[in-house]
Amino acid sequence: MSTQRIQPSYATASGGTLSEANLVRGGHDTDLHGSDVMEARPFAIPSKKLVMWLFIISDAVTFGAMLFAYGYLKNASPNWPAPFKFYPSIFNVLLMTFVLVSSSLTMLIAVRHAKVGDKAKAIRWTYVTAALGILFAVLHLREWSSLAAEGVHMFSNPWGSPMFGATFYSITGLHLTHVLGGVIALTTVGTRYGTGRYTADDLELGALYWHFVDLVWMFVVPMVYLMNIAR
Amino acid sequence: MGLHWGGASVSTDAQRNSALGKDLVVYGIILAIAALQVLMAYHTAPGKQLMLQMLALALVQGGIAVAFFMHLRDEKRGLILALIPTTIFVLVMMNMIWSDSFRLFRMHP
Repeated sequence: MSTQRIQPSYATASGGTLSEANLVRGGHDTDLHGSDVMEARPFAIPSKKLVMWLFIISDAVTFGAMLFAYGYLKNASPNWPAPFKFYPSIFNVLLMTFVLVSSSLTMLIAVRHAKVGDKAKAIRWTYVTAALGILFAVLHLREWSSLAAEGVHMFSNPWGSPMFGATFYSITGLHLTHVLGGVIALTTVGTRYGTGRYTADDLELGALYWHFVDLVWMFVVPMVYLMNIAR
Repeated sequence: MGLHWGGASVSTDAQRNSALGKDLVVYGIILAIAALQVLMAYHTAPGKQLMLQMLALALVQGGIAVAFFMHLRDEKRGLILALIPTTIFVLVMMNMIWSDSFRLFRMHP
């Protein structure tokens, strides 16, 4: 009795078959009829980058919904408080904006170094970005503690609508969560890029997310802070 | 060979410096818009007009960040058309809540 190894094969879109070995090679191959098996990427970007863009637009809609909810409650409340004094609140917010926009710049520099293969500088600038993210979080917590000391809590404040605290802490809290998530992500990607496990493209994905966090802040500042300054 | 590599290196450095220069200009514009928003917040009476001005400036700021920091302007037009109009559509559709937000004051939507 002779033993014969049978190669498994798979049907392709054009009716031919493709061997397992060809599938494992990445699929840039042709079937029995010579037609292309793998379709070209529709947007000419890696699938990981497309997924990151889809995540970003869905997250943008989440933040959009929260800002709309904030506006709705503000419109519907006759006594919406305007608690933000220039010092410490607005000054602190300006400082936070400076730190976050600067961190976007440092991340751009990191990606540019990664793209030309300068690993050491790319990692260094990624860590600088993460450090600026931590500084942003510290300034944010300082802002929160100063408001809490004035009596702004989740469902109460000394000036007016109790929903102010709920919406304010929800929006800024969600943004802060994104910043902290970004710090963890950038540190992880930077470290693994250093060990060779991740590539410059992975670092670019981290950068894309980080710029989005910066983008959201550009809407939070005018809508939540500057529209409610104490006069 | 040495000359070739030297030339390539100079060219890469020049390209990198030029790109960094552009990034710095974009960075400066975004910070300038942020400062302008603060000035406007203190010099304009609160209300609909201020809100629209703030939103317009934030949109310009955000557009610059998406185009230059996130490099969306360098991507294929198909990707831009797949992402931006759908996001704007969903966000615009949320605007239907505004009439209801005034209901408590006017006692009608």
